[in-house]
Amino acid sequence: MIYKGIIFAIAYVLLAPFVGGFLEGVDRKISARMQRRVGPPVLQPFYDVRKLLNKQTISVMTAQTFLLMTYMVLMILTGFMFFYGTDILMCFFVMSTGATFLYFASVVTSSPYSSIGAQRELIQMMAYEPAVLLSCVGFYLAAGTFQVAEIAGGDHLSYFLQLPGFFVAFVFILTIKMRKSPFDISTSHHAHQELIKGVTTEMGSKNLAIFQITEWYENVFLMGVVGLFFVNSNVYSVIVAIVAILLVYFLEILIDNSSARMKWADMLKLSWVVTLFSAGVNLIILMVIR
Amino acid sequence: MQVIPFLIIFPFVVSLLMYVTRVNKVRNAIAYISAVIIMIATGVLFAQWGMGGFKEILVYQETALYDHVILGAEWVLMLLVTVLSFKYRKYWVSLLSILPTILLTWFELSGVQLNEGAGHIRVDHLSMLMCLIVGVIGGLIVVYAVGYMHGYHHHHTDIPDRRYYFFALLFLFLGAMYGFVLSENLLWIDFFWELTSICSFLLIGYTKEPIAITNCFRALWMNLLGGCALAIGIVYLGLTSGEVTMTALVDMGVAGKTLAVIPVALIAFAALTKAAQLPFSTWLIGAMVAPTPSSALLHSATMVKAGIYILFRLSPAMRGTTTGSMIALVGGFTFLVTSIMAIAQSDGKKVLAFSTISNLGLMVACAGVGTEETIWAGVFLMLFHAISKSLLFQDVGATENALHSRDIEDMHGLLYILPRLAIFMFIGIAGMFLAPFGMLISKWAALKASVDEGNILLVIFICFGSATTSFYWTKWMGKIISASHLREKTFKDITKKNEVISLGIHAVLMVALCVLFPLLSKIYVTPLINEMFGTGENVLNDAILYMLVIIIVIVFAVPGISFLYAKNMKVNTKLSYMNGVNTGDNRKFTDAMGEEKTLWLSNFYFHKVIGQRKLMIPSQIFSLAVIVIMLCMIIGGVLA
Repeated sequence: MIYKGIIFAIAYVLLAPFVGGFLEGVDRKISARMQRRVGPPVLQPFYDVRKLLNKQTISVMTAQTFLLMTYMVLMILTGFMFFYGTDILMCFFVMSTGATFLYFASVVTSSPYSSIGAQRELIQMMAYEPAVLLSCVGFYLAAGTFQVAEIAGGDHLSYFLQLPGFFVAFVFILTIKMRKSPFDISTSHHAHQELIKGVTTEMGSKNLAIFQITEWYENVFLMGVVGLFFVNSNVYSVIVAIVAILLVYFLEILIDNSSARMKWADMLKLSWVVTLFSAGVNLIILMVIR
Repeated sequence: MQVIPFLIIFPFVVSLLMYVTRVNKVRNAIAYISAVIIMIATGVLFAQWGMGGFKEILVYQETALYDHVILGAEWVLMLLVTVLSFKYRKYWVSLLSILPTILLTWFELSGVQLNEGAGHIRVDHLSMLMCLIVGVIGGLIVVYAVGYMHGYHHHHTDIPDRRYYFFALLFLFLGAMYGFVLSENLLWIDFFWELTSICSFLLIGYTKEPIAITNCFRALWMNLLGGCALAIGIVYLGLTSGEVTMTALVDMGVAGKTLAVIPVALIAFAALTKAAQLPFSTWLIGAMVAPTPSSALLHSATMVKAGIYILFRLSPAMRGTTTGSMIALVGGFTFLVTSIMAIAQSDGKKVLAFSTISNLGLMVACAGVGTEETIWAGVFLMLFHAISKSLLFQDVGATENALHSRDIEDMHGLLYILPRLAIFMFIGIAGMFLAPFGMLISKWAALKASVDEGNILLVIFICFGSATTSFYWTKWMGKIISASHLREKTFKDITKKNEVISLGIHAVLMVALCVLFPLLSKIYVTPLINEMFGTGENVLNDAILYMLVIIIVIVFAVPGISFLYAKNMKVNTKLSYMNGVNTGDNRKFTDAMGEEKTLWLSNFYFHKVIGQRKLMIPSQIFSLAVIVIMLCMIIGGVLA
């Protein structure tokens, strides 16, 4: 049991950037096709990061590097804990501590664009946190434990069947977390939004590479949580989970390419309302049944 | 156990000394020595109790003399309140003091046969914990106050220097607080309760400015209203069952006797006023006009915890009852709404006030649910909150003395202006919400327990409330570390040595608590739960414990290591991006008229959308409705 956890966790640490980078490459390709462009090669994200890593470090504030590195390590720790199979609530707590460091890395510069981007990043955190915590509660209600290993390893039908409302809320906030339009308000994958590049405006070369790699780790972790809604002790459930993850990822790309950026106030309201009505109602039903 | 009366009476004596000593230096010396003596005496009490095997102890069974002294003192308090209410033309407030005093006097002198239990004073894990908080934090705040008040009167020359009065009240309060947490007899509890209310009232009115007078009377009437409920509850309990001890009341409540229902509900209601829960939150916000040491000691670290303490005591009796649901609902609601209102505040002390109410709300909700797990979580919340809030209040006070402002916007780049104070502030804020500090693990336990108890509303309140809580803390922390706008102006760190000593010890305690808290849970808090509920294994299982240790190590080590690594890195420093209108300096840009303009960055506050003015009254109405309706249900259910 423990060995299995350690293998998964180490596999995450070693492989997640490659999986994440590859997913991003595919993302770019599909997006390009949706916009009738040819698009870059699938491995383009790796070329970009390699180039960034070889550049000299340029930054406005020296402290930024150390804050970003902390952000990255805490994100890796989150994923490590998740794939090791520990407490899912703890994973998200560590993740939000990590996200705080991203905020710090951005405001520490006192640069106008990155400060406004950082403020918006905070609003995004406020928008998605209730849904994240409620999803954990959902797993707890369904499985009777917060332990990821027990949630994933149980002999039961996929928890998705019990937790559809939580799933909807989680996928909804996933759009925020993955910085996809219409919720890419703090920074976006486009070259130049109204805030230039928001939180990443002042991140260059190595710093930007760190940010990029962390994003990959984060996406793989988030996809892992999506998968958790589906897996059980049955091996075939893993296939179902992978299919579900790919579908969710495709859905995010589709939403990204078919919607325009929202104002932050609307995002906050919308995500809280969706959280309350889908996860909240699901919660009430589950608790009443129990 | 001679040290117990000493702990209660000694501060009263010092208080008198403070009042009569008008030479600052002499008084300061007495204050230092007394603060140290109080801390040592608390330690002695802890040691004596520990050598007795950490068992529950009840002492002082026959106390007819003290009972009469207390009754007399109650009349003195009543006369004081009456005189002051007439002096400031708030006549009706005096009624809230006169009525319960007459009621209690009649009750005590009417000769109702009362079962006084095995003693008037009780020492157990919970009261000892409160004693330690009061002793250590109270003592440190007195040390801090000596330096702070010096600076305060240096800047506020318009306010008459009545430091003798201020310190007299601080010590009076300390004595009252010891009396309160160590009392087992409800009549004694009531007296000390009123005494703390009046100390708070007098301290809020210290400056005698019109706003201070208004706010102090608001605090007074709200607290006295709670006192009325407490007195009625006690008299009802005494008349119907002949019991006047906390243990008897809780036992009756646990056994499900209907006689206990009304007293428990009324005392819990009183606790809501003390803990400044909605709809009574406004008194605590108004209390921020008082000098900072009193805000730190009374209105955050200790006095408001008196309400929480009573609720923890009652929690076994409230579990699963309508009273419990009422308390949990009001607490959870307060947690969420006041944390939203805190976002809209830019005054540092106001943010601290709102977050205090909000955190108290979470503790109240924990008590209302009343299971082993929630009390475990609540105790840790209380401990962390006491230390970090005391640290933060003192730090904001010291920063205000140096910066002449306590607005968070003015703290932009505090780390580069006043590095020492900024680091203390950072530690304090981190203690409030970041992993791995204990606040978070408490939230974890509270969430788990409220799911287990099927309290849906509370689950939703906690999930949304913790999101809003992170928001206002994170944005404050970001403000501190941002590169400074104000590099040209220099500010002198005029923090006095005694202030730094107090701040430093607080910061060390904060970090130590964070590192040691798995251990503390095992050796102290679990026995506390055991004592209260008769059962209770370690709420944290070993797997979580190990994981916490790992997280603690990593969260402390990673920033350290990466800081060292990044320090030696070659970095090419460049100007920040401003669309090409930089003027060669990160703090200035060329505006549309071609002139140089200084950049000013501000946080988001949304005060027009979620400000106090917008949200306070509706949420007060809602919570008042909840309380009135549920109290009617509870009382009607018993009497019908």
